[in-house]
Amino acid sequence: MDPNELLAHIPGLRRYARALTGDAWAADDLVQDTLERAVAKRLLWRVGSDLRAWLFTLMHHLHASQWQRRAGERATGPVMDLDEVQAELVAPSHATDLGIDLQRCLMQLPEEQRAVLLLVTLEDLSYEAVARITGVPVGTVMSRLSRARQRLQLLLDGGAAPAAAAPPTTYPPLRRLKCRRRPAPHHERRRPAP
Amino acid sequence: MKEDALPPDTSAVTDDELNTLLDGRCTADQRARLEQRLAQQPQAAARLQRWRAQRTLLQGLHASVLQEPVPPAMRDAVLRANTRQRVVDRWWRWGGMAASVVLAFGLGWVLRGSGAGASNGLARVEADFVRQAGVAHVVYTPEQRHPVEVGASEQAHLAQWLSKRLGKPLKPPVLTTEGFELMGGRLLPGAEGARAQFMYQHADGTRLTLYVGAVPTGPVSGETAFRFSDQGPVPGFYWIDQGFGYALSGALPRGTLAALATAVHRQL
Repeated sequence: MDPNELLAHIPGLRRYARALTGDAWAADDLVQDTLERAVAKRLLWRVGSDLRAWLFTLMHHLHASQWQRRAGERATGPVMDLDEVQAELVAPSHATDLGIDLQRCLMQLPEEQRAVLLLVTLEDLSYEAVARITGVPVGTVMSRLSRARQRLQLLLDGGAAPAAAAPPTTYPPLRRLKCRRRPAPHHERRRPAP
Repeated sequence: MKEDALPPDTSAVTDDELNTLLDGRCTADQRARLEQRLAQQPQAAARLQRWRAQRTLLQGLHASVLQEPVPPAMRDAVLRANTRQRVVDRWWRWGGMAASVVLAFGLGWVLRGSGAGASNGLARVEADFVRQAGVAHVVYTPEQRHPVEVGASEQAHLAQWLSKRLGKPLKPPVLTTEGFELMGGRLLPGAEGARAQFMYQHADGTRLTLYVGAVPTGPVSGETAFRFSDQGPVPGFYWIDQGFGYALSGALPRGTLAALATAVHRQL
């Protein structure tokens, strides 16, 4: 495996992980774990096959197991103190209000819907590739994708009057969009909307 | 039955169909038919438009992360892999040899750079030098904002500075006829003191580095012929001349690298 090729995928992995976890530190931890795993298992990677898809598969598995572990923690015990984690919640650099709003809405999607939506949209992977990465049939990918888009649209529209839809593809008006806040379990970890 | 033409498809456009249209996962034919149906279904058309805006919005999310330099810990993880890969490669390649020989080699490899027993002499020095040149190449060539410490615009200063620090008159070779422009250079720590790295860039964006530094040659003559190495993180040619090592690295075909190395050698 050419390390330069591996290096070239890092920016993409970091962006995807950040969108998936909504947390810069957790995202970089996930990427770091993914790279370590890729290095440890590199002999299993077939030369000539899609390195990017393979890396996303590794990341998906790592994230899924971490997610389960954290879900267990949530069920049994420690509740995060908002003041303690606040520093982690602030994006370290030039994140726009728009990005923060969009990320907040994304975090309200179920984990598996968010992953599918991001793999398709952010990474432009085919439905078949996403099915292989997430280990579910293509039909499931398609239905998760539809549900993710429907729900994200509802969330994005939540704060705005339904008729006053902003013109598509222009950014500034969308700045005002707010999520409709719902009492989802992972809410405890995040900052309340300003 | 006046006409043979199929009646227009009036079935409701499904969300799955909207997805394929949005993500460019349908054929031109399917696309045309879908657009025809959407023209009759304003609700689905509006939905498509909103999802398209959503998609554009998502694609801009955390775009700045793509421009950030790779964190050192991630770089290290990848480069460490490479060192281990080489050990593994050698195990496989030399698999038929007596285990003791392989073990000794492996130990020597693990202990490389630790200073213990320089019995391998020039070979070990060379391997270290080439490894360091390769690592310096992959660490600095992806840099967008700070690829070099001193730019080519201050060439006189660059040459003077690096010559002084390396204790040898140095002038960055000119590779313009080969299509590479000097970007500048930087000073780096090496096993035995200062090393210099000159970086060049081709019009197509390919970057080339020339890594220079004193190498302890001991009692041996301190000169070697051109050698090609593709074991490191990046292929390159290297040679040792009058106690100074040179490594020219770049992700280029061997023939191109050889021509460049010849051009460099001629000018030094």
